[in-house]
Amino acid sequence: MASLARLRSRLPLTKSGRFAPFVRSLQTSADSTQLTQSIPEDGSTPFSVKLHEDSFRAYHTETPSLEVEVTKDSLLKMYKEMVTMRRMEQSADALYKSKLIRGFCHLAIGQEAVAVGLESSITKDDMVITAYRCHPFAVLRGGTVTGVLGELLGRQVGMSNGKGGSMHIFTPNFFGGNGIVGAQVPIGAGIAFAQKYLERPTATFALYGDGASNQGQVFEAFNMAKLWNLPCVFVCENNKYGMGTSAERSSSNTEYFTRGDKIPGIQANGMDIIASAQAVKYARDWAVSGKGPLLLEFVTYRYGGHSMSDPGTTYRTREEVQRMRSTQDPIRGLQRYIEEWGVATDADLKASSDAFPPYLLLALDKAAKEEIDKAVEEAKASPVPKTEDLWTDIYYKGTEPSAMRGRERGEVHVY
Amino acid sequence: MTTHSIAPAVRAVRRLSPLTFSFGARRWESTGAEPPPAGGHLPSIATSKILRGTREAALRTPGIKWLDEGGSSPLQNTIGGRETRKMNVYQAVRDAMGITLSKDDTAIVFGEDVAFGGVFRCTMGLAEEFGRERVFNTPLSEQGIAGFGIGVASMGQTAIAEIQFSDYIFPAFDQLVNEAAKFRYRSGGQFNVGGLTVRTPTMSVGHGGLYHSQSPEGFFMGASGLKIVIPRSPIQAKGLLLASIRDPNPVIFMEPKILYRSAIEQVPIDDFELPLGRAEIVVPGADLTLLTWGTPIFHCETALSLLSEPPASLASVVPESARGARVELIDLRTILPWDIETVVESVKRTGRLVIVHEASRTAGVGAEIAAEIQSKAFLKLHAPVRRVTSWDTPVGLQYEKFIIPDAIRVLDGILETLAF
Repeated sequence: MASLARLRSRLPLTKSGRFAPFVRSLQTSADSTQLTQSIPEDGSTPFSVKLHEDSFRAYHTETPSLEVEVTKDSLLKMYKEMVTMRRMEQSADALYKSKLIRGFCHLAIGQEAVAVGLESSITKDDMVITAYRCHPFAVLRGGTVTGVLGELLGRQVGMSNGKGGSMHIFTPNFFGGNGIVGAQVPIGAGIAFAQKYLERPTATFALYGDGASNQGQVFEAFNMAKLWNLPCVFVCENNKYGMGTSAERSSSNTEYFTRGDKIPGIQANGMDIIASAQAVKYARDWAVSGKGPLLLEFVTYRYGGHSMSDPGTTYRTREEVQRMRSTQDPIRGLQRYIEEWGVATDADLKASSDAFPPYLLLALDKAAKEEIDKAVEEAKASPVPKTEDLWTDIYYKGTEPSAMRGRERGEVHVY
Repeated sequence: MTTHSIAPAVRAVRRLSPLTFSFGARRWESTGAEPPPAGGHLPSIATSKILRGTREAALRTPGIKWLDEGGSSPLQNTIGGRETRKMNVYQAVRDAMGITLSKDDTAIVFGEDVAFGGVFRCTMGLAEEFGRERVFNTPLSEQGIAGFGIGVASMGQTAIAEIQFSDYIFPAFDQLVNEAAKFRYRSGGQFNVGGLTVRTPTMSVGHGGLYHSQSPEGFFMGASGLKIVIPRSPIQAKGLLLASIRDPNPVIFMEPKILYRSAIEQVPIDDFELPLGRAEIVVPGADLTLLTWGTPIFHCETALSLLSEPPASLASVVPESARGARVELIDLRTILPWDIETVVESVKRTGRLVIVHEASRTAGVGAEIAAEIQSKAFLKLHAPVRRVTSWDTPVGLQYEKFIIPDAIRVLDGILETLAF
């Protein structure tokens, strides 16, 4: 089959037999947004920037506006969040390699603009559910780095009390990661139904990957959401590989934003944080205004392997990874905006002895590193779950069977 | 139904080579049995003494808990003034959902064709009464239905999903086992889907064949976090379904489909619950424990009648000494988590256990119960735990009555266990 995939042309043939792309491809550079007006002094005053004209593609709808209003404060906040998320994932990588984190662990290094862009454009009352690459969402949705790392380490301080692990982290408006590929998507449709039924003007964002997009239940969820006009945004994080299989080898249609049949779709540059945030804003407005579901595909990239046991270099070249890191990194892209547009405020500059804008970013980097280092220590210091927690939260307290078996012969927990 | 099921089973036994299936000698002697007279003397579902056909008997259902209007008022335990109505199982199920929809604004009922009343009429008129935004049809997508219901329940709503036949629950197996059962645990108690109840018709109907006569309860036995409930009668269906809907854990409620119309009782019209996780001793006894759930309870009742008063055609295979045996008949009702205490206590008294279920034997629920009983009551057992179950074959259309255990096979199991 692999040879079949290789044989298949990625580009359609025209009548004359020559290759010709039938659509313009999406721009995935992280730093193609242009400043269109002079930048205001005040950190909270909005100013306009213009996204690259190929930042979005649309299916059965209009593309989001390329004119975006941002503020200095929002850009710096996004920078801080992206850097913190990357640091957190890097620390998880180190903890895994030092054998403190065991089991399965999927890192989102390279995909920060999706999680941070999503969170920057939704409210606390919107709901998010995603798959196993869930750590940044858990923190941004109201969790803590300590809570996430503690969960990865399997400690009491973990957000699921150390019993869930990497894929099972929840907050009140974040319905968790999920280890079953695609299983979270119909659940997201159900959450969106409840929002509509309870007459809450909010949206659910159900995320999945390009690999999961071929699961049957994803299409079942699409159908129900469109049939019942649910305020659900199906977000496909297309990082181009479902584990080790590239999108082209797994999907007959790799235009994931077009796979909702009657559900309109948007494809967005998931490496440019401003484009990501704009796409989410558009999607949220769409769902909340009663237009029903929408597909939102982020074209993004993961630098690491699928999980910690995958070096990530057997199915793609090191050069490819290196090229993405050096040319399309979302954090470096935003850094360039901040530097070129003069986003650092006077106050920021005054606070530094060195009146050179990158100093501010270095300070943010340093603050993120300190935050993560502190969280790592807190998480490591937390004890493993109590023995009796082995039996808690299986059934609702008081409705469980009178006793349940434990780990060893003769070990029975009596409720 | 049971009266008619004996003859084909016996005939089928005669046709098959003894090498194919090994029976005790008694079975072979019984092959000459004539079918009992039409409408004969054996109890059937229509004449079952297990069913509560009077108001007084219905109101005295053991374990009944009344949940009257006005949650603040103390529970009324009096039964005076309460009314009952004659209902079959589908009407009782419909009644329970009607009570839920009228008392709980967050409750929704959904599934394939439920807005039209459902293929077994369990949701007749609910859409008209409570609105199509609360009682609605879904696409034919079981995995999606389960996932959708889990999502709705995770938001705190009461979600009552129907899987049209329990044979169709397998596409939803992942959602039920990996999501519904584990939601509370894996979120550290932050989320749960306790509001989810999945109703599904189960067990054989006599001619359902491969995809309409299965009993999949055993597949869920390892899914701690789920509850599995199977009622035997209209009163049980209403009380257990209301308890299942309100139980703060996800429940799979399997309704024996042959009983939808055939089992009829006087059912209290008020809101009441019957306890989950509790088996019921339906017929007390001291010599042997006969444990079952759902449809086979009526085959068991017939078997007990055959045991105490065998018809002439069976008299030669039922020893006089066995006829006076007092058999304790237990309805397990909740399959997961099952009532170990009641069953163990019973077996410790009787020393003998026969488990009857419609699912096939290998790794069926009976296997788990047998293993638990031998570990908890080993020194009290006078005979090996006996399982009377379907064969380990698919439920073939023409052989259905042969595959599903009937009263004769239950009787055979009782006799062998008594004589061990």
